[in-house]
Amino acid sequence: MSDLVLEGVSVVRRGRLVLDWADVHFAAGRLTVVIGANGAGKSTLLEVAAGLLPPGRGQVTLGGAPLAAIGRQGLARRRAYLPQSPRVDWAISVERVVALGLSAHLPAFGGLPAIWQPRIDAALDRYDLLALRDRPATRLSGGELARVMLARATVGEPELLIVDEPTAGLDPRHALDAAKRLRALADAGHTVIVALHDLDLALRIADDVVAVRNGRIAVQGDAETIFTGEMLGALYDVAVRVTRDADGASIRFLD
Amino acid sequence: MNRWLIPLLLLALAALSVASLLSGTIWLSPAALAEAARAQHPTLAGLIITEIRLPRLVLGILVGAILGLSGAVLQGLLRNPLAEPGLLGVSAGASLGAVIAIYFGLAAHFALATPLFGLVGGLVTAGLALTLARSGGTLALILAGAAVSSIAGAGVSLALNLAPNPYAAYEIMTWLMGSLADRSWDHVVLAGPFILIGAALLLATARAIDALTLGEAQAESLGVNLKRIRLLALFGTALGVGAATAVTGAIGFVGLIAPHIVRPLVGHRPGATLVPAAIAGAVIVTAADIATRLVHFGPEIRLGVFVSVVGAPFFLWLVLHVRNTAP
Repeated sequence: MSDLVLEGVSVVRRGRLVLDWADVHFAAGRLTVVIGANGAGKSTLLEVAAGLLPPGRGQVTLGGAPLAAIGRQGLARRRAYLPQSPRVDWAISVERVVALGLSAHLPAFGGLPAIWQPRIDAALDRYDLLALRDRPATRLSGGELARVMLARATVGEPELLIVDEPTAGLDPRHALDAAKRLRALADAGHTVIVALHDLDLALRIADDVVAVRNGRIAVQGDAETIFTGEMLGALYDVAVRVTRDADGASIRFLD
Repeated sequence: MNRWLIPLLLLALAALSVASLLSGTIWLSPAALAEAARAQHPTLAGLIITEIRLPRLVLGILVGAILGLSGAVLQGLLRNPLAEPGLLGVSAGASLGAVIAIYFGLAAHFALATPLFGLVGGLVTAGLALTLARSGGTLALILAGAAVSSIAGAGVSLALNLAPNPYAAYEIMTWLMGSLADRSWDHVVLAGPFILIGAALLLATARAIDALTLGEAQAESLGVNLKRIRLLALFGTALGVGAATAVTGAIGFVGLIAPHIVRPLVGHRPGATLVPAAIAGAVIVTAADIATRLVHFGPEIRLGVFVSVVGAPFFLWLVLHVRNTAP
């Protein structure tokens, strides 16, 4: 298990500074939620953390080694990344989508070695997809697709999982289900980084929080200390009250 | 998925190949074919087969295979069921090169001038498209291909417009229709190596193209080097389809149709369509080439025209079908 650390990372996109000197420490084995307003730089932060977007300045290290030194294939075996609203472009079966998560583990040519089949079956089972395994992935509901994507991301047992807005477009029941599954992954020892707009969900699952505002890291730390009225109010420019009762905590935006 | 698919396609290709060797102006019987193969001295049947029909057959298989393969790779790379080898401007460039050779009468002095110029034309347009699209992504590549394709098309129109005499224009027109008639071993030797190298480059994209089913961001996270894959697809298409167009003229629709025929049979996996699409392309071209020899409406019907006549309705069906099943 190894920490993911961003040091002095800046990113310029189309002449605009979208990430300004970000120093972030994602602790191993914990679930870190990245929050912030639209356009604050959450997705960019996640792309840099995933090693998909080389930062203009600064460096990203996983377990002390720079991502560039780990290499494309090595990184692909160790971390999984799910972008916002993932989709499947061809009508391949659910099982094949999950198998794609093993791409970096496979030889350049030939079919899927038989030793990987149990891993695929286990991932399908874990996400309640056994009944859907032969269904074309283009014919899934939003909730089903979200589970398929999580199964595909975790089939290779990555130590690090980075997910951008996994609950976007999901109804409350499926959003909650996806959030619980991410929590379960962190409990199983994976390092999970997830961008969320739904603060109630974030509050429910987060160990740590990184808050982004206008391309800068506004604050980061333990979820308990950040999910307070003052902190959230400053972050979103809205009056916020965090109430804790028998059902857990909830966040009310007051205007 | 379906392990009988490739053997069955190969069987169909073998059967069509034998039929192709037997059919034509002079019909041969299978017995004559066997006899010609055994004969110590060249016989008339033997000469017809080895010097006329065999190179034509080999060229048809090579051209059909590279068109089907390139179509499958480009549809997978661009994640667009309507992509085809002509999209990157390679076919138009190869046509323009060949037309230049015909226009300036070089073909009359040197038989292989047309394919050589075609080859150069295909490579130049592909290089141009690549330079234009270097900084951008896949969409930039499509747009650059479309632009380069239009420029080459304009060049061909200009050559037709300025043709010094009706015969030159006629020669250009018939060449553009695409044909396997009167092709010799020289054509096979000229185009074959380029087609094989192109095919090797295209086949190397299979795993990456599977991963691209999930979109570019996820494919990259799975270890796919998108820049490298784009280069492989573009160079493979430029070499293979450029050489194919240079020796046979433009044969449309094969690259579009072949991947669609095999896709449902391999569970829609884009990487798994490559080899079956190549064989299906070879089957289509070989079958169409036999058909052009069987169907007589007076003048010989050109292979490219025949494939278009059959392929266009299929394309229409495809557009309707894709509209209904698009995710």
